[in-house]
Amino acid sequence: MTDHERSTGDTQPSLSRRDLLAGAAGLIGGAALAGLPLAADGQSPTPPIAIPQNAVQPTPPMRPVAPFDATKRLGAPTAQVGSRSEFYAPTRTPFGDAVGSSLSPLQDLTGTITPADLHFERHHAGIPMLDPDRHTLTIHGLVDHPLTFTVHDIKRFPQVTRTHFIECSGNGAAGYRDPKPELTPQRVAGLLSTSEWTGVPLATLLREAGVRPDAKWMLAEGGDACLMARSVPIAKALDDALIVWAQNGEPLRPAQGYPLRLLLPGWEGNANVKWIRRLELGHQPWMTRWETSKYTDPLPNGTARIFTFEIDAKSIITSPCAPQSLVEKGWHSINGLAWSGRGKIARVEVSTDAGRSWRDAELLTTPQPKATVRFQHMWHWQGDEAVLLSRATDDAGFVQPTRTALIAERGIGTSYHYNQIVGCKVARDGAVTFHGAT
Amino acid sequence: MRPTKRIAVLALLCAAAACTRADESSVPQYGIGKPATDSAVAAMNYDISGEGAELPAGRGTVAEGTALYAAQCAQCHGKNGEGAGPGLPALVGRDPKGEQFQFANDPKLVHTIGNYWPYATTLFDYIKRAMPLNAPGSLADSEVYALTAYLLAANAVIPDTTSLDAATLRAVRMPYRDRFVADDRKPGAR
Repeated sequence: MTDHERSTGDTQPSLSRRDLLAGAAGLIGGAALAGLPLAADGQSPTPPIAIPQNAVQPTPPMRPVAPFDATKRLGAPTAQVGSRSEFYAPTRTPFGDAVGSSLSPLQDLTGTITPADLHFERHHAGIPMLDPDRHTLTIHGLVDHPLTFTVHDIKRFPQVTRTHFIECSGNGAAGYRDPKPELTPQRVAGLLSTSEWTGVPLATLLREAGVRPDAKWMLAEGGDACLMARSVPIAKALDDALIVWAQNGEPLRPAQGYPLRLLLPGWEGNANVKWIRRLELGHQPWMTRWETSKYTDPLPNGTARIFTFEIDAKSIITSPCAPQSLVEKGWHSINGLAWSGRGKIARVEVSTDAGRSWRDAELLTTPQPKATVRFQHMWHWQGDEAVLLSRATDDAGFVQPTRTALIAERGIGTSYHYNQIVGCKVARDGAVTFHGAT
Repeated sequence: MRPTKRIAVLALLCAAAACTRADESSVPQYGIGKPATDSAVAAMNYDISGEGAELPAGRGTVAEGTALYAAQCAQCHGKNGEGAGPGLPALVGRDPKGEQFQFANDPKLVHTIGNYWPYATTLFDYIKRAMPLNAPGSLADSEVYALTAYLLAANAVIPDTTSLDAATLRAVRMPYRDRFVADDRKPGAR
């Protein structure tokens, strides 16, 4: 929202009558609270206007001041590395811990690809610094030829480039357990990101090593300070698993596994082991700490599902969202993201009446397997209170359930794989809040 | 090419393809990568699986583990394993009469080793792999046995008098091991 914040009014160019009129209209329409840019003539944004601030408002970051007329001033020179517009400063939510997570600012992003520096983070022992000239990947266990590959070796194999999301299976706990109105999409579902990944199919490497017929599971181990380890069924390893080294056109970011990571399309984030250094093939799962004490799903009947790898069909509206405000009545684009770990998104529906009726949303991108799609529903807001919801269906037949249905199935205290329908509530004055009680 | 010749060539190609398929599992296709020697693999493989077949030599007592815990673990996990918030999880906590694996129904029920973990061997694997957080891999195998013994005893899984080694650790059965079930959801389910 930093790009939407309005300055408290310092160095301002002289105001035209039109500007003043626009400012007045904004005040009447509630724009002073929302801080949304205004266009008096519907064509060009007006320059910043001094608007008296309400005393109870949080202090917004200082808004950059642009030249009044950029066509009359020489622009900035070229640079070695680009940077974002000063008017756009999206951030993750780091807690400053080595063991922890940082959420992607979903409400500030468009399309489906997550800029690499805004990809969510979840580390169990911090981000290791690995030298790509020394890092290796070893495949051993139930193989005919135990092999070690350098990063350079990996890049000699035929490569593939595919777009997939990664979602931490803990994504959405806050919106499930305690759906507070102030929750933003970042807080509700920010442990989700999508990238274009480049790497080698793991099947290619495994064929090189020669998988023995009795190999049923594979232990994937990372080179971080906890030697993160997860057991993966061999069928997945031979199906669509990748060893990737690049993300969105450049090498992986350290936080995403530089120089190599395992990618298991559609499977819970933790199993996509970063900084991958070792793959051991065996008969049974290893029962590591993460796949037993952590990433298991308690059920109301006093059991817990183990090895729940697949990410369930899910969606979230990212615009509008809390804590924005709708300023104008009339047409608005309701849009957001939908994804499933079981295949392609087949359908996304949007409701503007709290789930009483649903309409098919437009899919703005062609659905790909185990990748996010952006959906849109054009909505004419007439100033009434409204609850906006989205519901995804995948081509495997899974439909996103309501929170009530998911609680009945899994219990309020369950952990992981929260894919309940969520949305937002638009008040008469345009204020938008999270709506999680579905 | 005459038809007979064409058939002969096709037959040869098919034979070659069949040959490739048959040998796919054993013949390297690109010849990239270097053989991983047993010693190189052993140097990086600390895995202890659920069955515990790989457990190393060594032995540690609950008493030794108690002292080690106070010196190396308590600063993060609490004096009695009660934990210190996210990232510093609780380790100890058993109420055999009350817990009954009701985690899905009671969000306040804290997961601990004793009331949740299905395999005791996982403790050895994880401690050796990752702990202590600021010096992972620094503990000797006997120290890992001792800490495992302390944590199992503190969770009322084994007696305080236990001396743990490969055989005794393999024999430990965690209280709720049979509560873990496979994911059998069918399309359309939740």
